[in-house]
Amino acid sequence: MSVESLFPRLEPLLHKVQKPIQYVGGELNSTVKDWDEATVRWALMYPDAYEVGLPNQGVQILYEILNELPGTLAERTYAVWPDLEALMRAEGVPQFTVDGHRPVRAFDVLGVSFATELGYTNMLTALDLAGIPLRAAERTDEDPIVLAGGHAAFNPEPIADFLDAAVLGDGEQIVIAISEVLREWKEEGSPGGRDEVLMRLASSGGVYVPKFYDVEYHPDGRVKRVVPNRPGVPSRVFKHTVMDLDEWPYPKKPLVPLAETVHERFSVEIFRGCTRGCRFCQAGMITRPVRERSITTIGDMVEVGIKESGFSEVGLLSLSSADHSEITDVTKGLADRYEGSQIGLSLPSTRVDAFNIDLANELSRNGRRSGLTFAPEGGSERMRKVINKMVTEEDLIRTVTTAYSQGWRQVKLYFMCGLPTEEDVDVLAIADLAKRVIKAGREATGSKDIRCTVSIGGFVPKPHTPFQWAAQCDHETVDRRLRELRDAMRADKEYGRAIGYRYHDGKPSIVEGLLSRGDRRVGAVIRTVWEDGGRFDGWSEHFSYDRWMAAAERALAGEPVDVAWYTTRERDEHEVLPWDHLDAGLDREWLWQDWQDALGDVEVEDCRWTPCYDCGVCPTMGTEIQIGPTGKKLLPLTVL
Amino acid sequence: MQRLRVRYAKRGRLRFTSHRDISRAVERAVRRAGVPVAYSAGFSPHPKISYAGAAPTGVASEAEYLEIGVSRPCDPRRLRAELDASLPPGLDVLDVVEAQTGNLADRLEGSVWELRLPGADPAAVEHAVREFSAADRVEVERLTKKGMRRFDTRQAVCALAVVNGTGTIAGQETVQPCVILRMVVRHETPAVRPDDVLMGLRLVAGFAPPSPPEVTRLAQGPLDAATGEPADPFDLDRAGGDR
Repeated sequence: MSVESLFPRLEPLLHKVQKPIQYVGGELNSTVKDWDEATVRWALMYPDAYEVGLPNQGVQILYEILNELPGTLAERTYAVWPDLEALMRAEGVPQFTVDGHRPVRAFDVLGVSFATELGYTNMLTALDLAGIPLRAAERTDEDPIVLAGGHAAFNPEPIADFLDAAVLGDGEQIVIAISEVLREWKEEGSPGGRDEVLMRLASSGGVYVPKFYDVEYHPDGRVKRVVPNRPGVPSRVFKHTVMDLDEWPYPKKPLVPLAETVHERFSVEIFRGCTRGCRFCQAGMITRPVRERSITTIGDMVEVGIKESGFSEVGLLSLSSADHSEITDVTKGLADRYEGSQIGLSLPSTRVDAFNIDLANELSRNGRRSGLTFAPEGGSERMRKVINKMVTEEDLIRTVTTAYSQGWRQVKLYFMCGLPTEEDVDVLAIADLAKRVIKAGREATGSKDIRCTVSIGGFVPKPHTPFQWAAQCDHETVDRRLRELRDAMRADKEYGRAIGYRYHDGKPSIVEGLLSRGDRRVGAVIRTVWEDGGRFDGWSEHFSYDRWMAAAERALAGEPVDVAWYTTRERDEHEVLPWDHLDAGLDREWLWQDWQDALGDVEVEDCRWTPCYDCGVCPTMGTEIQIGPTGKKLLPLTVL
Repeated sequence: MQRLRVRYAKRGRLRFTSHRDISRAVERAVRRAGVPVAYSAGFSPHPKISYAGAAPTGVASEAEYLEIGVSRPCDPRRLRAELDASLPPGLDVLDVVEAQTGNLADRLEGSVWELRLPGADPAAVEHAVREFSAADRVEVERLTKKGMRRFDTRQAVCALAVVNGTGTIAGQETVQPCVILRMVVRHETPAVRPDDVLMGLRLVAGFAPPSPPEVTRLAQGPLDAATGEPADPFDLDRAGGDR
């Protein structure tokens, strides 16, 4: 049965909304496959506004891979802004995909990619607009399988009631495997309905189906255990790891939107994973091991991507880009290839060392040297040992001195506030550091035209990290320290005016903390917030801390737990954590030891260059570190 | 430096693009097509592409104009084909000439607009058009970048007529009865837009379209003193060039 486009019904509404172009689709390299010729149909959602969601690499990669599969199609859908939401409700227009403008409910799978927990309420809006029951238990065979992925899916428990399934880790191969299971099941005539296909997915151990697991609680509110509630369901669910990035050179054909988006560039992931071991960093923990893309594949991807997209900027992405074993050859090779072509290169996420100044110089060969960003994360030496960010103050000063003396005029330093064991002095140390940076810059250049911007946000403990047991700092303390830091920097007559200060207040971090380390009981809070009008929680103009707190009070009224219990409470070693049955490969005892090391200011080296420290990932997942050097170089592009 | 003048259309769903969206799309299309576009000198070089009087967001057009400066000579016919292939469907290149003389924007003195009014009562539209045409001045108010402005719409309207009874709405698969209004409007400051004229019809005769009108710019050019209709703004370039 064919599905009609909703566009004729949507079109009259577009005259009445902001930025209507975001809803019409038709991006360069987008695909609309024939509905009737596909057996398995995916709607992929990034649960934020189009301008944020469209550039998302994860969605673009899966979109392309799924559309390459014969018999499978994928379309995209994004969160609609409240102006369109109101009109859609008034006119009865359901949640639609931007490709074929098909109703989301008509698809087999609604795959939602969660980079952050703050997209949860937007998923509920989309489900509700789509006419899909919010609670998975109320869905019928007419509803799609609602499947979560992305980093936040490593603890999907707060949204477990709204999900049919969740997948951990790299999506490239598992979406193909899921498509295959669905295709077989549909070709058999969909025997046993929804439960049967969910069972087939769950039994592999690679797809988490929350409703097949029961959570039991102690009277004091702690989780007692999480156990499968039917035979054939494995007790643990494992993450997925793609082992050869050169075999998966996606995106090949990047989506080029007509609307303006947050990243107007072609991005190539130069490696995945990070073993630097920063203890606050969930991404670094859950994406191990490091797998590099080779210099030649990177070169090919950039060449094809620029040609296919017409973008004028290329971003070399990873969690710590300068750590690629051949980063010098990659940047120099690309800079040579595109010299004089108006193609700009950028290298986000770099560490604090002089080597990176050389890279930055190479990348800015044709352009201006405006600003460089470094992330010491912790203000004091002690703090940086706790978080295992192995940067000394001398390193930092040496690095910024080099940067200033080579023509860079502004340095941005990124920090976190509210880290475990943090005291006021650790945050105030940032002011001293910033002053030393300005002083060093003035001495190196003989100029007063030197700026340093301090950017600081609240720390949120994340699952699958050594800090998963830590107490989150309350927002009053975070806000007080941020104020005192501001005052300390402003009060300085000599340097105060050269220091810029950007900070985020502590309240949103508490909500993030609740959602990050929550369990299934937090689902009621999310639903209550959404019913109270909560939308676009990642946007400060839409976010309401008071709405979240009021909702939590109501939704958790009958429970022995509250927001503080989830956030500012330290967990002990043997407490069952809501995500313990979801396996990122990290050995729980190693994580605990690393937490103890953090408390003892003990640092851990990177396992790429020192012996394995037994985090557990490689043996558990059957993976290994994949790094160069390959010894190859990028040759000049021949002009035809 | 050779300059090439491009007439392009903004059709169907792509009428929801804003002026900024189009300029990004054109810059990327030019790069994909390998057009040797010239760049401005200085700290942050910009491609030399200029736009003349873009139609508002939500309004389709068969007659939008831009000018590209190139660093080495290009064949207009080849540029037309390559740029058209490179732009997304819906942004369609219709004509390219090499600039010979004068300023293109100055030649765009007026526009022909077509307004499709689905579900409107033909008699009511006819009546409103007569009332509007009979008036000397029809003042409307609109919020502009400079705040609320009050201006006359009547004098800018050189022609206004109901052309025929029914038509389809572009981008829609179903055929709906609709009244088609055609108008020639002189470019003035502040610009009188088709929706200002619609507001004028409302003020003089109480006519309001039952659903959002679909507006298309059909032509732009120098207004012919005799006919009051715009001529092709490329005529002067063609006359002076190798036709």
